[in-house]
Amino acid sequence: MGLLEAIILAVLAASTPLLLAATGELVTERAGVLNLGVEGMMIVGAACGFAGAWLTGSVIVGAICGMLAGVVLSLVFALMTLALAVNQVAAGLALTILGTGVSGLIGSRFVGEKITTAPKLYIPGLTDIPFAGRILFGQDAFVYLSLALIIGASWFLYRTRGGLILRAVGDNHASAHALGYPVLRIRMFAVMFGGACAGLAGAYLPLAYTPFFIPGMTAGRGWIALALVVFSSWLPGRLVIGAYLFGAVTILQLHAQGAGLGIPSQFMTALPYLATVIVLVLISRARTGGSTAPAALGTVFVPDR
Amino acid sequence: MQLVLEKRAERSNTIALVSPLIAIGLTIATMSVLFAILGKNPIVALGVYFIDPLADSYSLQEIAVKATPLVMIAIGLSFCYLANAWNIGAEGQFLIGAVAGSWLAVKTHGTDAGLWVLPAMLLLGAIGGALYALIPAICKVRFGASEILTSLMLVYVADLLLDYLVRGPWRDPKGFNFPTTAEFDPVATVPILIEGGRLHLGAVITLLVVVAGAVLLGKTIMGFEIRVVGAAPRAARFGGFNSNRLILLTFAISGALAGMAGIIEVAGPIGHLQPGISPGYGFTAIIVAFLGRLNPAGILIAGLFLALTFIGGEQAQIAMKIPLDVTKVFQGILLFYVLACDSLILYRFRLVSSSPKVSRGVA
Amino acid sequence: MLFGPKSGAAPLLQTVGLTKRYGAFLANDCIDIEIWPRQIHALLGENGAGKSTLVKAIYGLIQPSEGEMRWQGEKMVLSGPSDARARGIGMVFQHFSLFDNLTVAENVALGLDGQQSFKDISARLEEVSNVYGLPLDPRRDVWQLSVGERQRIEIVRALMQDPKFLILDEPTAVLTPQEADQLFIVLERLKAEGRAILYISHKLEEVKRLCDIATILRGGKKVSACNPRAETAASLARMMVGTEIREVKAAAGRQTTVPRLVVNDLSLEPDDPHGVHLKHISLELKGGEILGIAGVAGNGQDELFAALSGERLAQDPGTVVIDGTAAGHLSITQRRRLGAAFVPEERLGHGTAPRMKLSENALLTGHAASGMVHRGFIKLAAMLSTVDRATKAFDVRKAKRDPEAASLSGGNLQKFIVGREILRNPAVLVVSQPTWGVDAGAATVIRQALLDLAARGAAVLVTSQDLDELAEITDRIAVMFHGRLSAPLPTAQATREQLGLLMGGSALEEKEAPHAVSA
Repeated sequence: MGLLEAIILAVLAASTPLLLAATGELVTERAGVLNLGVEGMMIVGAACGFAGAWLTGSVIVGAICGMLAGVVLSLVFALMTLALAVNQVAAGLALTILGTGVSGLIGSRFVGEKITTAPKLYIPGLTDIPFAGRILFGQDAFVYLSLALIIGASWFLYRTRGGLILRAVGDNHASAHALGYPVLRIRMFAVMFGGACAGLAGAYLPLAYTPFFIPGMTAGRGWIALALVVFSSWLPGRLVIGAYLFGAVTILQLHAQGAGLGIPSQFMTALPYLATVIVLVLISRARTGGSTAPAALGTVFVPDR
Repeated sequence: MQLVLEKRAERSNTIALVSPLIAIGLTIATMSVLFAILGKNPIVALGVYFIDPLADSYSLQEIAVKATPLVMIAIGLSFCYLANAWNIGAEGQFLIGAVAGSWLAVKTHGTDAGLWVLPAMLLLGAIGGALYALIPAICKVRFGASEILTSLMLVYVADLLLDYLVRGPWRDPKGFNFPTTAEFDPVATVPILIEGGRLHLGAVITLLVVVAGAVLLGKTIMGFEIRVVGAAPRAARFGGFNSNRLILLTFAISGALAGMAGIIEVAGPIGHLQPGISPGYGFTAIIVAFLGRLNPAGILIAGLFLALTFIGGEQAQIAMKIPLDVTKVFQGILLFYVLACDSLILYRFRLVSSSPKVSRGVA
Repeated sequence: MLFGPKSGAAPLLQTVGLTKRYGAFLANDCIDIEIWPRQIHALLGENGAGKSTLVKAIYGLIQPSEGEMRWQGEKMVLSGPSDARARGIGMVFQHFSLFDNLTVAENVALGLDGQQSFKDISARLEEVSNVYGLPLDPRRDVWQLSVGERQRIEIVRALMQDPKFLILDEPTAVLTPQEADQLFIVLERLKAEGRAILYISHKLEEVKRLCDIATILRGGKKVSACNPRAETAASLARMMVGTEIREVKAAAGRQTTVPRLVVNDLSLEPDDPHGVHLKHISLELKGGEILGIAGVAGNGQDELFAALSGERLAQDPGTVVIDGTAAGHLSITQRRRLGAAFVPEERLGHGTAPRMKLSENALLTGHAASGMVHRGFIKLAAMLSTVDRATKAFDVRKAKRDPEAASLSGGNLQKFIVGREILRNPAVLVVSQPTWGVDAGAATVIRQALLDLAARGAAVLVTSQDLDELAEITDRIAVMFHGRLSAPLPTAQATREQLGLLMGGSALEEKEAPHAVSA
């Protein structure tokens, strides 16, 4: 296996949790809800995903546990921000703080345990094609699922009536309410979808990326996913590009550390975080004046009855 | 049945006072259930958490020691949140403050530097924290980049920078390869208030910060600016207040306070710079700020309460083998309840049945 | 049955004892109303009389607390607006129910129920547009459209469902007189097709001209049902308000003095992509004079207010001159110190911070010059005294001495805001929509205050979409269109037609006689 092939394979693996979590958040934000609790939902998804897989020996059960955990947390967020009209920024922070604690509580007994990670696809002939074979036909199911999800989300948002309604709710909740659309219920489903994606993204880490659970293993990926949604200008196509770019940064800094360039490892590790800041600045600067964020993003809606 | 919110004509002052208490009550009820699930006797566990630490002078001092950084950071954060500037990177500003102040302690280590060292360290800590906080603020004002995400990203960067320093250039040569600086000289250490105790000068500084914060918010035009920019940005602009200036100002203030809290923690209870100097003070301070209703006096009480949960959590781990993560869960649940109860100040909750005629209020 | 067809048939829609309660507040109190086909039914009432609540109930947006609705004689309980639409009830909202960042076709699709292909919708859209002479380009984004075009979307969307009953909430408030005439033609035609129309308005002349029957609401109660053609505007107004309306009186022999507000060739790019570009605006306003700026909403009035107030700064100091001082580069606070005062259109959130007390809202604009701040510390006594003086001088009704701004009614809050500024005795007052959504009593107080201020030598600039208001209080009227300002006309000589053409932009392009353009 050549170095380039190895790097591409590693980038795909590192990008997948970002893409999964960001896809969910993109749909959530398109409905006008800013859920800053992605990191919290991911870390609980990681703990529950590992727990499920360790207890049953099944990666699929683990993935479902991770998703369900994300959905449960997202419902707490939905209850707060939609039913009780709590500020979305504050509730998102609360979700992350809570998630960190819950994850430690569930995951602590599994620290040091190991599982078999998700198998990689193998199609005789196709996977054996030099270079492209492993990259295209030799991934685990999560990688394909993440791509299917973003394509599906894109199709839903732009090609279906449901997607049109969801975008309308995110553009102007008062108008949507006046036309009789159940704004809060639509937003709740969007938040739950975001939760499922974040939970799955978290579960990916112990189920496919590394075969064990460590507390705090999401290491800010949830926040980077949030930044990716901004980077994408809320467009699914750009989200894919952004996720793979960030995966590449992560992997390249690891390789640079391995290559021993004499740069302290801490500086290399800081690279993805610094890159996020720089990208946010560049993207926001390019957009000064016009903003493509959903117009109702982050605002509270209380219908009168 | 359906939950319906009705806007109150005017904010309810009674509920503004009572809501944190309701939130704490609900949190304790939830925790009891959690303790029961963990197989612990809820009453005994709650006693260890909330009563035992109040029983002896050592724990009481320890509570004040833990509350010191929490309150100091939360006062600064409350300015930000009132002005609708979302600084969630106080943890990073705390670390950079610690690093900036420690620089002087490391440089003067073993020299015969005078009493000026500690004040200079505090000043450096505050400046370091403020400058670090200004990075996301400037990115926001100048380029429109989300301060939430940038300030949070810089926490990881600060953590790594501190890690690099104590493993690299600042490592104590006599420290058996542990990642730590040398123990600070006496002139670089925050003095203890009571001989043999743990309570240090930082607590006094924090009290001064609380008083100054209360005066600034309640009595000055600058405090009014901060409040009005957050409450009604367009009206604030109409009033002639510049929201960009206030984002910079509130970030700088909160960064300075977080930075000062960082160097006080390092030069006080810890005594040297090392990784892991904060058990998440910068994040817990967010809860303190909200539980204290973004009001300096409330923050003082809230800070003491959350410090109690830190101490109680440690004791519960030792005495009952309750995992330390329970404290974090507790804090997360508390913040949720606080936010939910705050909704009661602006709204009345009603349960409405599906048929339009029957409705009854619950609050 | 007084005005309905004589046959024994049931009305299309009937409300019986319809009541809507919000807490202890009765928004609608036992309202009976009958809607018949082939009738344009006016719903009249002041702001807060309960008109919006009633139509929201009829459109299924809110559930009545008591009473019932009957549709063609049968009891009707609506589960929501789509239920209302399915029965044939259509609605054109006052503040529109559109989505700025979606296309016209998408907006229309969102207003239709059921699965229809985009192709079908576009085809139907074109058909209805053509039939009623309401042209629309389905591919454009809504934010690019004028207010009149936006209303067209709402109307076409409602008509595409072939409604039996159409509700229009203040449809002409945002239109030029000519656009309103076009709308009336469409409404007459809908009536002739056998549809029923509920027409909400407070423009009484319009109601007299268009409507067959009028129901008048006051304080949540129905006070009268009458034939508007048999009434005078004054008698209708009396029923709406409940008392005789006081006329405002201009002081006799008002003297104009030196120019106090001068705008020289002001051009300003918008700071928000959906904003209007101000182009070459010039005006001169003398002390003692009231200048009106008419125009359809969204033609640059907000941008002009921001540029005059200093919320946005101009590049060239000389573009805005306040009392002889070049002020284009000065902040709003500095302009206030020069003696200027400002009243924005939006009371809550712009003119005041809604959840702050009146005293704090006095400080909001008073901190610049009124002795409320000393060495950075605020003086509560001075703030409260401003509240008390404004309360007394302008009859502000409130529950306690210093309540939150949001707890006041629209009229009382507007009186407080205008009072807060006038008490500072400004040399220049720039006021936007001074009586928008305000009850008649408060409107009279405010208009009189503006006249009195001018009589004391101040220059007053009033922006309003209400031509009647401008006619009542101004000396000259200029019109804004697409970011440009016309030359002012003396109010005494300006006709509605002239102003309407200027508001539609036609006379501004070709400076020839207005009659060349057909209305």
